[in-house]
Amino acid sequence: MQTLMQTDTLVTAEAWRKEGRKVALATVVETWGSAPRPVGSHLVIDEAGNFEGSVSGGCVEGAVVGEALEVIGAGEPRMLEFGVADETAWRVGLSCGGKIKVFVEPVS
Amino acid sequence: MRGELLEALNEERAARRAAILVTDTLSGEARLVKKSDAAGDPLAEELSRRLRSGRSGMLEDGRTFLTVSVPPARLVMIGAVHISQALAPMARLAGLDTTIIDPRTAFATEERFPEAELIAEWPQEVLKARPLDAYTALAALTHDPKIDDYPLQAALAAGCFYIGALGSRKTHGKRVERLTEAGIAAGELERIHAPIGLDIGAASPAEIAVAVLAELIAALRQAPAAASETA
Repeated sequence: MQTLMQTDTLVTAEAWRKEGRKVALATVVETWGSAPRPVGSHLVIDEAGNFEGSVSGGCVEGAVVGEALEVIGAGEPRMLEFGVADETAWRVGLSCGGKIKVFVEPVS
Repeated sequence: MRGELLEALNEERAARRAAILVTDTLSGEARLVKKSDAAGDPLAEELSRRLRSGRSGMLEDGRTFLTVSVPPARLVMIGAVHISQALAPMARLAGLDTTIIDPRTAFATEERFPEAELIAEWPQEVLKARPLDAYTALAALTHDPKIDDYPLQAALAAGCFYIGALGSRKTHGKRVERLTEAGIAAGELERIHAPIGLDIGAASPAEIAVAVLAELIAALRQAPAAASETA
């Protein structure tokens, strides 16, 4: 139980916030096709761009962190959608061919 | 999400209590529904389904997201016996938290259980401090009524998702007599799997451990833990 809680994204989010860091929480809310991480997976991001957890196994974390910094600045949540990489070649995407929706919200 | 909400959710998780965070993804507004309050919630039916499946997900309205938090399944073994020596590592491989309780210090040694959480005390004492719950399975493996009977009763009262007891049909018959005398209803006693484990002709301790683990997984996946109304 102890080890579980130590590596837990939501516990990390709480700990970071208590340290006075500004924090956003990203959550996978919908998936289509072979999405790498299940619905309910979390990524926590602080205002310096540090992050822990996973919403896609690495494919779109960079983009989510970028959006999260804006969410922290604006104080408003937003919904992100990521599809396959080759459909939107200039943008990040999921090489596995899946599609995911990620909700990013500030933790106030 | 408000920070207090996150703290409240983490508090439920640390205490092994199920809870659901209901988030309106348009406004960002959220509320936390503890399992004990779920029946009185406007979304009661949906929440009850989610607590059973343990799955987070978006509602049909496309804007309300449910973050479902149920505790990880745990196996408590009563008896630091041969079967536990095989069952504990197998259960850990299957993703369960494991605890072994046996007051007999000759059995409960770290040498015999190098990686398990091992508590060399009476189940009565241990379970008072760390109660069983609906997300916990209990396997009583000592053959000794002085050690096994109390945790079996506690497991029934807590609504453990799986309860198994080692012993032949004859041994179990005597056990049923004792527990009936202690005031446990016949319908409740039927929840105890005895003889323990799927009937695969298991002979060695390791084979019995496989049979127990398979029976436990069937109870977990075919009739999910949170289905219990008692916890």
